[in-house]
Amino acid sequence: MKIHIPTPLRVYTGKQDTVEVAAKTVGDALAQLTSQHPDLKKHLYSEEGKLRSFVNVYLNDEDVRYLPEKETTPVTDADALSIIPSIAGGGTGRPGARASRQLV
Amino acid sequence: MLKVAATTYEALRAHGEETYPHECCGVLLGRSEEGLNAVEAAVRAGNTRTDSAHNRYNIAPQELVKIQRQAREQGWDIVGFYHSHPDHPAQWSTTDLAEAHWLGCSYVITAVAGGAAKQTNSFLLTGSSEEDKALVREEILVESETRLTAEDTEEALRSVPA
Repeated sequence: MKIHIPTPLRVYTGKQDTVEVAAKTVGDALAQLTSQHPDLKKHLYSEEGKLRSFVNVYLNDEDVRYLPEKETTPVTDADALSIIPSIAGGGTGRPGARASRQLV
Repeated sequence: MLKVAATTYEALRAHGEETYPHECCGVLLGRSEEGLNAVEAAVRAGNTRTDSAHNRYNIAPQELVKIQRQAREQGWDIVGFYHSHPDHPAQWSTTDLAEAHWLGCSYVITAVAGGAAKQTNSFLLTGSSEEDKALVREEILVESETRLTAEDTEEALRSVPA
């Protein structure tokens, strides 16, 4: 199956945007991914070995966190996993420390 | 540096005016080269933070998956994101930095004051990990085109079906 790698993590996959693995479950696929590309591990998982809170993993169009079997969900070669770091923010919170120096 | 066509640049600024007093948000697709994020298209995204849309934004991961797929089909990558700061400066906030995770991507912020787009700034998320990341101001190169029409603007901001 294919695992789609987001732009910021491709530096750890030799610039590959897609990594092919032969896996039976979602967890197996992720384990193979980090086995092939060990530097990815600390960017995907916390020190406790859990997926970092801002890292979303989608099996096709489904969030793996909400699948009944989660990481033990079976997969086939026709499936695709997407790793998607979250996108959020907003105007509140004090301006960044460097912001005052960066004003035009 | 962020390179963007004038139509796309104006369209993302107009998005912030349309959603005022709420924050708008979207994704920048294109190509990333050494020291340059070149934008080919801006895709509008929905702001899921309806609980606090005047000062927060969030793009649903499922929508991002679709946008990333769309980018791949065009031969593009996600090279950045944009959002607006209603009645707030075009400077990144501590919230923006804490919730920025796409290292190497550009984060474009437009200040919208009283419904009118003002300053637009772009910040490159630099660093090699969550621990040393930083948002650093970068130059925006707006490429002017021969003619600006409403149709061009419409084309530059293509919606992704939910």
